[in-house]
Amino acid sequence: MTVAAEKPPAGSRAGRGRSPNLAVDPTPGRSPRQAVPFLVPALVLLAALVIYPLVYSLVRSFFDRSGASFVGVGNYVNLFTDPRTLTAFKNNVIWVVVAPALVTGLGLVFAVLTERIRWATAFRLVLFMPMAISLFASGIIFRLVYEEDPNQGVVNAVVVGVHDLFSDPSPYPGAQPRDGAAFTAAEEGFTSSQTFTPGTAVTVPLVGFAPGQIPAGASSASLPPSDARELRGVVWLDVSVGGRSGALDRGERGVPGLAVEAVRDGRVVGRTTTGNDGRFTFPDLGAGDYALRLAASNFALPFRGLTWLGPSLITPVIISSWIWIMTGFAITFIAAGLAAIPRDALEAARVDGATEWQVFRRVTVPLLSPVLLVVFVTLVINVLKVFELVFVIAPGSVQEEANVLALQMWQVSFGTGGDQGAGSALAVVLFLLVAPAMLFNIRRFRREQS
Amino acid sequence: MTVVEVSVTGAPRRGVLSRVVSRLGNGVVQVGLALVALFWLVPVFGLLIASLRDEASNTASGWWTIFTAPTSLTLSNYADLVGNSTVLRSFLNTVYIAVPSTVLVVVISALAAYGLAWIEFPGRLWLTTLVVGLLVMPIQVALIPVAKLFGSLGLFGTITGVVLFHVAFGLPFAIFLLRNFFAGIPRDLVEAARMDGAREWVIFRRVVLPIAKPAIASLTIFQFLWVWNDLLVALVFADQDSAPITVALRAQLRQFGTNIDLLSTGAFLSMIVPLAVFLAFQRYFVQGVLAGSTK
Repeated sequence: MTVAAEKPPAGSRAGRGRSPNLAVDPTPGRSPRQAVPFLVPALVLLAALVIYPLVYSLVRSFFDRSGASFVGVGNYVNLFTDPRTLTAFKNNVIWVVVAPALVTGLGLVFAVLTERIRWATAFRLVLFMPMAISLFASGIIFRLVYEEDPNQGVVNAVVVGVHDLFSDPSPYPGAQPRDGAAFTAAEEGFTSSQTFTPGTAVTVPLVGFAPGQIPAGASSASLPPSDARELRGVVWLDVSVGGRSGALDRGERGVPGLAVEAVRDGRVVGRTTTGNDGRFTFPDLGAGDYALRLAASNFALPFRGLTWLGPSLITPVIISSWIWIMTGFAITFIAAGLAAIPRDALEAARVDGATEWQVFRRVTVPLLSPVLLVVFVTLVINVLKVFELVFVIAPGSVQEEANVLALQMWQVSFGTGGDQGAGSALAVVLFLLVAPAMLFNIRRFRREQS
Repeated sequence: MTVVEVSVTGAPRRGVLSRVVSRLGNGVVQVGLALVALFWLVPVFGLLIASLRDEASNTASGWWTIFTAPTSLTLSNYADLVGNSTVLRSFLNTVYIAVPSTVLVVVISALAAYGLAWIEFPGRLWLTTLVVGLLVMPIQVALIPVAKLFGSLGLFGTITGVVLFHVAFGLPFAIFLLRNFFAGIPRDLVEAARMDGAREWVIFRRVVLPIAKPAIASLTIFQFLWVWNDLLVALVFADQDSAPITVALRAQLRQFGTNIDLLSTGAFLSMIVPLAVFLAFQRYFVQGVLAGSTK
């Protein structure tokens, strides 16, 4: 500091060369004494609440949980062996590798595309809007978007809608033959443990389905008369209230449209569907023993979408919400850089016969690369500090899978952990991770000053 | 040479066909961008609708069912929330935290920025570089030490403590932004005032601050929204009585599915102020965010 006192710092704009700096009275704009009242409030706050804490954290990270005994690098060693912290590291790596590049790319594409449309300002405004609201509120927005129940989360509602468009829902989800009817469940469906020969009439009582949801056309069920050449039977909804269980009571209705299969030696040899009265018939099976099977497709539970907020998808889900928040920033930043590109360069390339893609690849992107780098670095720093989104979107049970360093630091120091030694070590690690960006900023600043 | 050649032969080739193709391409681009914009709006719209439906309808069906079976939307969630003393207090706490934090950051950083930009003193560049270095400082490094410090000063769990922390961590960016702006002010203006014998304080007030209004506006909006939207700082330094709305709502997260009415309403309530500020002062806010992006 005293060395620098000899001459004014390079690049200073103030009060140079007006009057010689020899006067006894401080020359206006040239004395430390005049700077003091301007700088002191800021310096006191920065020293007490930013710089001193940084040093304190560094020192504290070498002491144990209570701060009483020195443990050397013990806390750091523990960090790299603790599975929770390792998960957080792993997730941070995923975040850093995937998210900033994606957002920079999206920002570049949208910035270029919106250059030529009339409502570009409106578009950018809409995409910038998430920057204004809190990460907490954004977290709640996306918790709702990805909620698993398709009656609450819009993503699963769409997924289920598309799925049901291509495959019909099963007619009797959750229904099954009554226990006493001797059917065993397997992947293909419910297969009878007994075999039947043509000429028999089989009764299949079905339970586990609300009588009100049976198709309106269903009529009362009755056992078909047996025929020597045919395997026949009836499937009905066995209501035991006010009737006998397992027996075909008056007024009980058949189960229409149910797929029934005849199985011989493990192979399906006949397939039929029950009528409105629940009756089914296999006309030409030939002599022999056949097991009956109620196909699984009859009873499949309706598709409910994906568990977005479960352990396996949680990190991509949270990254998607971050993309929603940050893309507007990238677009606006890159668009500002785009506006600064000399039109001549682009026009010259176009006149030379370059296609728009070539102009983009060979002229726009290279000229933009300094801006893209700044956006990318900024996004990396932002990603390293992600806390609220994980905290809010990941349900408590999967926070361990979604963990990131910033969240882990809070958990360890203030949440469940209460270990300020380990917390300090994590804080120092976070500091070291953003340190390159710090140097990047300082170098950029120094270059601008010289 | 080549330019002339190609432009002559190239012109006829860009005929009717290529114009039709580029029109079509433009149409596709417009439709695609419209879909993207829709993607950005739908989640917020969903939250808004959910906040306008009662608990029963929110658990029974998704917000989008209002299109097929319009149920009556109601403001009762908002009435309930505003009538809830905890929520109301936390909302007020948010104001009590955000306003002083913003005012203090603007005042203190403007002073410091003037000192760094217009007063020559030993170590000036060094000090400015330090501020630049602090721009990306993660707040995590200060949580534990400052919690200790506030504990011994009796500031832990108070609004004052939360405000002080926000001010300290708001300063590097604020000083950086204003210093850059101040440094760009024509030297003649400042020097002329000095020749007239004006004191530094007067130059700061009468010459620099009036010119810097746009930068100060950007900074004010950015800092205000930053503090308004904070969760982590308040989570550590505020107690139940000084908690802002984000911290108060966080307690309801555990049963998300059954609390959608409450959470969506609370989240939307906390978003109203930022959205209004954003829409009213878009330009300043965008500039502030672009400048403060490294924070």
